[in-house]
Amino acid sequence: MSQKLLISTAPHIHCGDTIERNMHLVILALLPALIASFIIFGIGALVVTVTSVVSCMLFEWLISRFLLKREKCTLGDGSAVITGLLLAFNLPSGMPLYQIVMGSLVAIGIGKMVFGGLGNNPFNPALVGRVFMLISFPSRMTSWPVPHQMMAYSDAVTAATPLGLVGYQNDSLPSYLDMFLGNTGGSLGETCALALLIGFAILLAFKVISWHIPVTIMLTVAVLTGIMWLVNPSVYVDPLTHLLSGGLMLGSIFMATDYVTSPMTHKGMVWYGIGIGFLTVVIRLFGSYPEGMSFAILIMNAIVPLINNWCRPKHFGETAK
Amino acid sequence: MSSRTFSTGGIHPDAKKLTSAKAIEPALLPEQAVFPLSQHIGAPSVPCVNKGDKVLVGTLIAKPAGQMSACIHSSVSGTVARIDSVTDSSGQRRPAIFIDVEGDEWEPSIDRSDSLVVNVNMAKDVIIDRIRDAGIVGMGGACFPTHVKLCPPSGCKIDTLIINAVECEPYLTADHSLMLDSPDQIIVGIRILMKTLDVESAVIGIEENKADAIELLRGKVRMVSGIEVMPLAMKYPQGGEKQLIEAVTGRRVPPPPALPASVGCVVVNVGTAFAVYEAVAKNKPLIERVVTVTGDSVSNPCNLKVRLGTSVGRLIDQAGGLPQDTSKIIAGGPMMGRPLLGTDVPVVKGTSGVLILSGKLAARKEERNCIRCAKCVEACPMGLEPYKIATAGELGNWNVAEESWVMSCIECGCCQSTCPSRRPLLDWVRLAKNNVGRIIRERQSGK
Repeated sequence: MSQKLLISTAPHIHCGDTIERNMHLVILALLPALIASFIIFGIGALVVTVTSVVSCMLFEWLISRFLLKREKCTLGDGSAVITGLLLAFNLPSGMPLYQIVMGSLVAIGIGKMVFGGLGNNPFNPALVGRVFMLISFPSRMTSWPVPHQMMAYSDAVTAATPLGLVGYQNDSLPSYLDMFLGNTGGSLGETCALALLIGFAILLAFKVISWHIPVTIMLTVAVLTGIMWLVNPSVYVDPLTHLLSGGLMLGSIFMATDYVTSPMTHKGMVWYGIGIGFLTVVIRLFGSYPEGMSFAILIMNAIVPLINNWCRPKHFGETAK
Repeated sequence: MSSRTFSTGGIHPDAKKLTSAKAIEPALLPEQAVFPLSQHIGAPSVPCVNKGDKVLVGTLIAKPAGQMSACIHSSVSGTVARIDSVTDSSGQRRPAIFIDVEGDEWEPSIDRSDSLVVNVNMAKDVIIDRIRDAGIVGMGGACFPTHVKLCPPSGCKIDTLIINAVECEPYLTADHSLMLDSPDQIIVGIRILMKTLDVESAVIGIEENKADAIELLRGKVRMVSGIEVMPLAMKYPQGGEKQLIEAVTGRRVPPPPALPASVGCVVVNVGTAFAVYEAVAKNKPLIERVVTVTGDSVSNPCNLKVRLGTSVGRLIDQAGGLPQDTSKIIAGGPMMGRPLLGTDVPVVKGTSGVLILSGKLAARKEERNCIRCAKCVEACPMGLEPYKIATAGELGNWNVAEESWVMSCIECGCCQSTCPSRRPLLDWVRLAKNNVGRIIRERQSGK
């Protein structure tokens, strides 16, 4: 026999799944929202997104090449692109470029690479970057351009978001249809619920994520805000407005479902989703910020290791008599 | 109504049954047959022939050494050349008996006629003795001595015999072709087993992709009371004992050291049932079995009836020779089979297939960080956390591995074959399992 044989233990076949496949599918699922953001916020949305993605990729490369001195760069896995996209989606379309670059550095550097790169980060990197920017640049982070100013960037006319109006001018809220299509002020990727739901369908169809986290977050928010609305509709807005406004769709579909920072079992995912939904409602209704999704996800990220210990899979036969 | 299956985990690998439509062909007789003394779990058998002895087909050549051990018979006639060691499918050199083949003369006590023996009027003890003396072990690959399985611990009331005809490993069709070839013999074998176990009902579990076998056996059992053919939805590893019991009866076997008998079930492979028929009704020891020789680049993939001790290389020659792009030869299926060091390895009682993989399919990809996607947890049919056990194995945290139920792992490979980061999860789990098993044994003996 002339050939040399490979010796490795079973299993000898693989389903073919790779990190890249999953990441590329997430990018694909984010594309509808990207297109929607361009239609709604114009050129500014594109400038912010490109800046964020390019700087996230650049920082990942610089850090792994010169600080960690890794021979193989993990840039190809696509996770830096996703972090860049998600960070941009969480920003107003008029953000100054240098602030975006700083946010990207924090997201990639402090959010991910200090822990050893993809797989080791306890917190969602894009949210780490976003919260850093919210605290550091509060006025720019809450200057929401009004939709349909195609050529406007930093000079765009700004106005309040639907959630910003809640409690002050409940009667001037946009219609459900406008919120569903995204014709409202807000972070550039979060306003169009339709595009985000198309992305959700893509993720489910290719089995990138399961339904558990997004659906439990949305249900929890709907139930809790529904109770408050029934108690006092003159102060609290209806659950549908809550579901369609702010970062709820974007956060529950794309941010909370991040593999690395979410629980390992379906049972754990349900508790994690309930936790995020609960914290979001508490912050939205009683906190000083109009929006609570980012903080809720980051707080629950911190609890994920505990959830993994509490919600272990049911061991075969364990409950048999 | 969707068909039954097991509830926890499982995967759907590409079935690739290249040989499902092919009838069983006889394999060519070898020039030399090699019989490793370890063809079963338990202690190696003890040779009872010497160099130069003449043997016939069916002559006992090694006796069991203890309860879990089994008899070994010569599958050829000829002269014992030497008792030496051979590299078997484990990759280790193990003692074996080498026999030079001369002619094909059978022991006169073996009934070689084609006539079907329908009624077997023997006492239970006599049947069990015959099965033990025929050297029958589980032919699905586990190689557990069948006579031990037929004597369940006292206090366990067995009510169901489950015949494992699932064959959930991709590529393999040995059981499938046997069912199409010898359905009557299999059913008599099942009735013998039912009588021995004193059970009223037997269920043949078959995956739905073998529709022809389901139909054929259904027609045959119509006139037989107590035997049911149950189609099962396709899912790997349904052929695992605990998974099959759950799929068929809904009962879940408790964690080790509990046995299937504790939920009233005994599971026997369909090939074993056929061997039981031959041993009891025809007085023929276990000397041959069906082996699927297959692979994407194999020119003539086939199901062969092979004399035990024939080298894998000879079977590959009969299937059209070793393809140019061969990179891995596997004894068994692609999920649980063992990689072979060469083509000299002999076929043993548990060899259900010889699979030849080409370069692209066989090579492992570079390992990456765990991204905690939880796909291994979802895939694990035992409800374990493979990512966690593997990391514990990698770090040598045997306590964590034991607390995470590593001893329940059935080594099906679902976790590793789904991992997008291509972590060698099962390698680390096996390491942890070996060490935890040793620690448990030491703890028990230290008491």
